[in-house]
Amino acid sequence: MDIHEYQAKELLSKFGVPIARGGIAYSPEQATYRATEIGGSKWVVKAQIHSGARGKAGGIKVCSTDREIEQAAESMLGKKLVTNQTGPAGKLVSRLYIEEATDIAKEIYFALVMDRASERIMVVASAAGGMEIEEISAEQPDTIIRVQVDPAVGMQQFQAREVAYGLGVDPEVINKLVPTILACYRAFRDLDATMVEINPLVITKDKNLVALDAKMSFDDNALFRRPHIAELRDKSQEDPRETYASDRGLAYVGLDGDIGCVVNGAGLAMATLDMIKLAGGEPANFLDIGGGASPERVAKSFKAVLKDKKVKALLLNVFAGINRCDWVAKGVVDAVNDLNIKMPVVVRLAGTNVEEGRRIIDESGLTVISADTLAEAAQKAVAAAKSAA
Amino acid sequence: MAIFINENTPILIQGFTGRIGTFHAQEMIDYGTNVVGGVTPGKGGATHLGRPVFNTMKGAVQETNAEAAIVFVPPPFAADAIMEAADAGIKYCVCITDGIPAQDMIRVKRYMRRYKKENRMVLTGPNCAGTISPGKAMLGIMPGHIYLPGRVGIVGRSGTLGYEAASQMKALGIGVSTSVGIGGDPINGSSFRDILEHFENDPETDAVLMIGEIGGPQEAEAGQFARDHMKKPVVAYIAGLSAPKGRKMGHAGAIISAFGESAPEKVEILKGCGVTIAPTPSEMGATIAGVLNKLKKVA
Repeated sequence: MDIHEYQAKELLSKFGVPIARGGIAYSPEQATYRATEIGGSKWVVKAQIHSGARGKAGGIKVCSTDREIEQAAESMLGKKLVTNQTGPAGKLVSRLYIEEATDIAKEIYFALVMDRASERIMVVASAAGGMEIEEISAEQPDTIIRVQVDPAVGMQQFQAREVAYGLGVDPEVINKLVPTILACYRAFRDLDATMVEINPLVITKDKNLVALDAKMSFDDNALFRRPHIAELRDKSQEDPRETYASDRGLAYVGLDGDIGCVVNGAGLAMATLDMIKLAGGEPANFLDIGGGASPERVAKSFKAVLKDKKVKALLLNVFAGINRCDWVAKGVVDAVNDLNIKMPVVVRLAGTNVEEGRRIIDESGLTVISADTLAEAAQKAVAAAKSAA
Repeated sequence: MAIFINENTPILIQGFTGRIGTFHAQEMIDYGTNVVGGVTPGKGGATHLGRPVFNTMKGAVQETNAEAAIVFVPPPFAADAIMEAADAGIKYCVCITDGIPAQDMIRVKRYMRRYKKENRMVLTGPNCAGTISPGKAMLGIMPGHIYLPGRVGIVGRSGTLGYEAASQMKALGIGVSTSVGIGGDPINGSSFRDILEHFENDPETDAVLMIGEIGGPQEAEAGQFARDHMKKPVVAYIAGLSAPKGRKMGHAGAIISAFGESAPEKVEILKGCGVTIAPTPSEMGATIAGVLNKLKKVA
């Protein structure tokens, strides 16, 4: 799960990470009010969406007057901001973060990630801050410092010192940087994060540290024990198709094609999308209904997939193991009837009692097309979507 | 021999008396698996499915001499159950549970390293369908009848995609020595490379089918192992050709977040290591058949 910049900053500052003074605003008027509250003569208006690269897309503006703040706020609020990370649809801006401007002397890249190779929490830092980490690894890979944390004892002071000295900062900044690094680690560990990214971590002209931007992601599997993190979810930042499905316990990812897919098991679901692509079609979604495929879940899944109005054909691929195919087939027939589905539905069943399952599908008299193999199912679905187009 | 389990391996069920544990324990028993008992804290002394229930793994191992275990414990308590199995002297453990926090798994793996390599439990999973040595024993939730006994090893992350492979192979008359699910989580007990090593050392396995997917470094690492340390041929399919970057495709670990983690990149790396690639998921069986035919001609 992702959260907004202002939420990440609030969480991190509780652990001792220095941030600039700022406040949240939902209207241009509130934005100027926040600026007055903060004081000073220069502010930054920042669109709060779940994406980086907001600056280049016009989502971050430096302002010196109330008028400028109002104009910046009006240009962002209620609009969709399209960055190189949001996809062409962009993400809706409904909150702004107003922050005092920072005098930047040096920018550092600092992040903590879950490193899958070492299976440990790992620091990734570079003196070449301000750029995306992908750019840094392409252009200045030698500047990247990596330090892995032993889970038995956690991050040690010396490891934070190694990172701080490795970044080549001024001696008077070291004493501020070391506790900041340790604070980020504690936040990562205690909140079950999967990523903390501060880019840039700024050293100001008067040798102070400020986390100028902050991004945090959390382990979905750990949200049961982090209810205050789960509360930070912002559904306006999600694809509405995905919100609908995830609120019903379905693993769904929206894609751009016209073949709606319902599959049991994540691997088989990915493989089904691959087959559709190879057969010349485009899947509308990834959907895993889970290992079992009860009639209720089949119906729920069809409903979720049909929320996407681009869908012209449905493909259901179920490998029934413990569940028998005849039971799944009855579920499919009932769902097609109950939901009054008129578009072509290609059904591929495999596993236990497959003959009986196919007989039920074939004798249903519905617009259901049955297929024997994965390849055949994909070809039939692609053909059905094309003729429906 | 098969790997990890055979018809004699004494097995304990953790989370024995729960609904899911009960259902799958019965399926395993019906398959012929040597289930010797189970553990549910608080229910020690009872009898369930005709087998004894224990409060602790240590107590259960002392009484039954169990060597393997399977975990059906809910996510908040699953890491603890795995560590309990490791400490009780279990040699091989499968964890079925989906939804264990990643930091819990980091702790589990660190904990297991407390034991010397020769005494260290092998863990596969979590978030997997389990392990089956067809015709001998089933330590998992798969439909046992779709596997033909034979001499090809299967290792994969996904349950149902593994079933797909096994049934394609069965249709072609190709059997399986052991099928191992390593699960869909980012931090898992055993990697592809670990399982390939077991298959390479198993005299009853002639070739291995590896079913990978997007995300993480384990397929590439396995490819290098196959190139440098294996005589047996490896066939691979990588799911997720059409997966967008940065999106989690069902499995917690199926997400492209770094270079080399997409399906096309993994396929290129594996090809470079001499691994035979099944071009589509419907040709996993046929690709294995081709590789086995070549083996016969050489022999």
